[in-house]
Amino acid sequence: MSRYVSFRDFDWLLLIFVLMICGLGIMEIRSATAHTQFAGAHIKQVYWVMGGVGAMFLMSLINYQAMLDKVHWLYIAALTSLMLVLIFGQKYKGARRWVKLPGMHFQPSEWVKLILILAVAKYFADLQQRELSWPEFIKAGAIVGVPMLMVLRQPDLGTALTYLPIAVIGSFLGGVRLKQALIVILAAVLLMPLAWHALKPYQRDRLTSFMHPDADSQDKGYQVNQSLIAVGSGGIWGSTEGSQTHLAFLPVPQTDFIFAAFAEEHGFVGALAVLLLYFIVLMRLTQNAQTAPDRAGTFVVMGVVAVLSFHILVNVGMVVGFMPVTGIPLPLMSYGGSSVLFIFLALGMVMNVHMRRFVN
Amino acid sequence: MFGRDEKLSSVRLTAVQYIILAIFLILAYGLWRLQVMQSEFYAGLAERNRVRTVPILAPRGKILDREGRVIVDNYPSFTALLLRDSLRDLSADADLIAKGLNMNPSEVREHIRKFASMPQYQPIFLKDDITPDELAFVESHRNELPELDTIMAHRRLYPRKGFMAHLVGYVGEVSEDMLNQPQWEFYNPGDVVGRSGIELQYNQMLMGKNGARRTIVNSRGKEVQSLSETPAVPGTQLKLTVDIDLQIAAEEAIEGKNGAIIAMDPRTGEILAMVSRPTFDPNNFAVRISRGEWNKLVTDPDKPLLNKAIQAQLAPGSTFKIIMSVAGWQEGVAQSLNVHCNGGANFYGRRFGCWVKQGHGAVDLTKAIYQSCDVFFYTLAEKLGINRIAKYATALGLGQKTGIDLPQEVSGVMPSEEWKIRNFKQKWFAGETISVGIGQGAVATTPVQLMRAIAAISMGGRMVVPHVANPSEFPQAYVAANHYMDVKNIPIEPSGWNLITDAMGRVLLPEGTAPSAHIPGIDIAGKTGSAQIVSLATRAKHENSEALAQNGWFVGFTPRRNPEIIVAVLFEGGEHGRLAARLATQVIKAYVDKQRRLPSKVAKQDHKVDVGAIWNEAGDEEFHGGRFLIDVAKPRLPLATAAPGLR
Repeated sequence: MSRYVSFRDFDWLLLIFVLMICGLGIMEIRSATAHTQFAGAHIKQVYWVMGGVGAMFLMSLINYQAMLDKVHWLYIAALTSLMLVLIFGQKYKGARRWVKLPGMHFQPSEWVKLILILAVAKYFADLQQRELSWPEFIKAGAIVGVPMLMVLRQPDLGTALTYLPIAVIGSFLGGVRLKQALIVILAAVLLMPLAWHALKPYQRDRLTSFMHPDADSQDKGYQVNQSLIAVGSGGIWGSTEGSQTHLAFLPVPQTDFIFAAFAEEHGFVGALAVLLLYFIVLMRLTQNAQTAPDRAGTFVVMGVVAVLSFHILVNVGMVVGFMPVTGIPLPLMSYGGSSVLFIFLALGMVMNVHMRRFVN
Repeated sequence: MFGRDEKLSSVRLTAVQYIILAIFLILAYGLWRLQVMQSEFYAGLAERNRVRTVPILAPRGKILDREGRVIVDNYPSFTALLLRDSLRDLSADADLIAKGLNMNPSEVREHIRKFASMPQYQPIFLKDDITPDELAFVESHRNELPELDTIMAHRRLYPRKGFMAHLVGYVGEVSEDMLNQPQWEFYNPGDVVGRSGIELQYNQMLMGKNGARRTIVNSRGKEVQSLSETPAVPGTQLKLTVDIDLQIAAEEAIEGKNGAIIAMDPRTGEILAMVSRPTFDPNNFAVRISRGEWNKLVTDPDKPLLNKAIQAQLAPGSTFKIIMSVAGWQEGVAQSLNVHCNGGANFYGRRFGCWVKQGHGAVDLTKAIYQSCDVFFYTLAEKLGINRIAKYATALGLGQKTGIDLPQEVSGVMPSEEWKIRNFKQKWFAGETISVGIGQGAVATTPVQLMRAIAAISMGGRMVVPHVANPSEFPQAYVAANHYMDVKNIPIEPSGWNLITDAMGRVLLPEGTAPSAHIPGIDIAGKTGSAQIVSLATRAKHENSEALAQNGWFVGFTPRRNPEIIVAVLFEGGEHGRLAARLATQVIKAYVDKQRRLPSKVAKQDHKVDVGAIWNEAGDEEFHGGRFLIDVAKPRLPLATAAPGLR
C-alpha cells in the first residue's frame, strides 16, 4: 500500500534555507576565530555540516512510523545512556556530560532530545482525543520529566531546559486545558525557590549576572557584558573593526555567542536577516507539520519546531540581554558537532514526514 | 495501525505560528534596542575596551656642572610584569619566571594571588629596575612565557656614595599633600617630581612633558595596533655653577666628618662647591626606599637628610669678629681701640674669659683679628651696643635668608633689642651684648649666610646673591625676576677694608690662629671660629662630652685682594677653627692648582719646551748661543670628566 518514497519529494527549499544559515555560521566562525587559538574551527564545522546533511538523508530513509512503533525501546535506551553518563561520564569543569567512546566524545543528552520528540509524538498521537485528562497530562510530563531530571543531575541545566518545550508543545497540541496549564505554571513558580537551592553556585551566578550585567563586569558578568557591547557597537550596518570579537574581548565567540559576533560584524541589518532566515525555516516546518500524513507526523515536526524555537529564543535572548546565560547553542550557527548533528537528524525526521505526505 | 486519523486542531497550530512570530518580534526588538537605540553607548564602551592610552614618560633634564660635565643623568630602567592571559595558568610558570628574575617562587605566586581579584587588564608588577641579565631572560622567553613583559621608564642616575646629594636632591612620586598645594596643582598622582635640592627647585624646567601613545589592545592588554603618538618633550638640562673638581676636593676634605663646606665666587655669587655630611645615597630613593632605611635616615641624630650648608643654624663663634670689626670701623670706634688682654675682663659685674688664658697683652684691631682676642671684641661690643652691631650684621645679611636658589633655606638669628622684645617679651640685657661680640649668645648663622657676609667684606662691601644654577643659561627676564645677579653695596671704608683683610691674611701665618693650615704660595685671608654648643662649664659636667664638642668654623678667601673664591667650613665637633681651616685650604688649593694648570694657561706642547740659551766654556771668553727642545715633565692636573659614578 505504501508508495515508493523518492527524494523528489524531499523538502529542498527547507534544506536551502538551512544551508544558508549554516553558511553564515561557518563564515562567522571563521572570522571570529581567525586570530585566536581556535583558528580553523570553521573547517571542522564544514565537515560537521556535511556529515549532518548525510545523516539527515539517512534519517529520512527510515520510516518514522516504523521508528514510532519501536519508540519504547528507544526510550529505554535513552534512559540507559543517561544513566551510563551519570556513572561513567567524563568529568569536565564539574559536570559529567560526556561519554568517551573510541575515537570521539559523545554527549547522549543531545540524541535523547530526538527520542523524546518521537516518544511524545507517539504518546499524544495514540491518545486520539481533543482534551487531556489529568493522568494523561501527568504521564506526558513524566515521559519528559524523568530524562530531564537525569540531565539535571549531570548537571546540565541548559540541555535539561531544552527538553521542556517538547512536553509543552505536545501538551498544547494534544489538547491541554487552560486550567491545567495554569495550575502547572503556578506549581512551577512555587517550586522555584526550591529549585534555586538545588542550583550549583555557577548556575546561580549566571542567573544573577544576567540581572545586573555591570555589577561584576570583569568576572561573572564579563561574558554577558562583552556580548552586549559587541552587539550594541555593531550598530545598524555592523562594525568594521569588529573589535569585541577580533580582539578577543568576547570570550569563546564561536559557540554560544556566535550570534553576538555576527551581530557585531554585520549590524542590525545582518542580524535581522539571520532572524528572518530562521523564521522562514520555522514557518516552513510548521507548514510541513500541517501537511503531515498523520497526527504522529505533525507531533514529530512540531516537536522539532518547539526545540529549535526554544534554542533560538534562549540563545538570541541571551545575546540581546533578555535571558540568562544557560549554555544553549544557536542551532545551525554555533560551532560544535553534537549540536549540528542533532539538528540535522531532527531535520531528517521532518524530511521523513514530508516525503511521506502523499502516502495513503 | 496509523490510519488516517483525526487531524490536529489547526487553531492551535496557527497559534504556535503566532507565538513564534511574537518571539521573533521580541528578539528583533532586543536587537533594535541595542544596535540602533543604544548603539553609540555601546560603541563608546567598545572603544574604551580596545583603545588604551599609554603615557610616554619624558626623561628629566640632565644636571651638568659649570663646564658641562654630567652630574645627574638618566638610565633606562625596566620593570618586569605579567600580562594576565586568561588562557594561561600563571602559577604553573611561576617557578621558571622566578628563576629568571632571581626571585623566590613563593614571592611570584604571592604577587599573582594578590592580583587575582583585580581587573584583568591590570598587569601584575613583579620587579622594578631589573638587571640586564633579567631583561635578557624576558626577551629570550617571549615564546615560552608570552605573559611576561617589561615596561621601560627613565630613572635618575645620581653620583655614587651620596656625592653632592644634598645639593642635587632626589626625585619621588608627587605626594597627596603636595598635590593640595597651589604650585603642584597641575601635576597628576604618580608624576615623578623633585622632592629636594635642585631637583625640587628646578623641577618645572627639569621635568619635561610626558607624551602619550594611543594603541589598540586586545582583551589581554596586548598591543595589536598603534593609533597615534604624541612624543614626549624631554626636560631641559640644567647647568650649575658648581665645579666638579672643587666639589670632589670639598667632598674628600670633609669625608668621615660631620659638617658642611661651601665654596663661592665672591664676585658673582656662583656656588662652586657645596657639601654636607653625613650624606645619603639618592640612588636608593630612585627605585623605592624601604621604610626601615627611611626611618634610619630621618631619626639619625646627625641628620643626614639636612643640607647643613643652608639649614644648620649655629653660633658663628669668632668668625663673627670680622663683622664686629666692620661695625666698629664704620662707627669710628675700632680704629683707636687698644685693649690690654690678661686672659679675661669684667663687664657688668661678670667675668668674661679670653680663649687664651694667659692673655694677649696689648691688642689692637689687627692683632685682635689674627689672634682672635676675645677681650678686644668684648670691649668693642660694649662700646657699640647691640643695636649698632645688629645694624651692620643685618646689612651684611645675617639673620636673613640669602636667597640662594635651593629649597628650605633657614634664616638664622641676629639678635637686637627689638628682636628680644618681639620674641621673648623681654628687655635686652646689656650683658648679652658682650657674648654677641664673639659670635656666641643668641647669634645663629647658616654657613652660606656667614660666607656671604664675609664675601661682601672681602669685596669691599659688594654683596651678591649666592646661586647654584648658571644664570647665563636663563632668559634675561627670568634672571632679573629671580634676583640671581642682584648686588647690594654695603658701605665699608677702604682703609678699614684694607686693614681687616690684611689682618685676616695673617691668620694662617705663624702669628695667627691657624698656622697649620698655611699653604706656601697661596695668599689666603680668613678667620677661624670655635663655637660652643653649651657653655664650657656645662660641658665639663657632662660625661659624654664628645657630643657637646665645640664646632669649628673657618671662612677664608683668596687672593686677599680681588678675591676669586671664598670657602666656608663648618666642622661639627671640630673643637677648633684651625681644623676647619685645614679643610677649607684643601678646597682653595684645588682651585688654585686648577687655575694655574688649566690647559689654556700652560704651554700647548705637552712635554717639550723650546729654550734659548747662551753660555761660555770654561776658560773661554767666547759666548755661544743656541736653542734646545727640553723634555719637561709636566703632569696634567687630573680633572674629573663627570661626577663619580656617572661615567
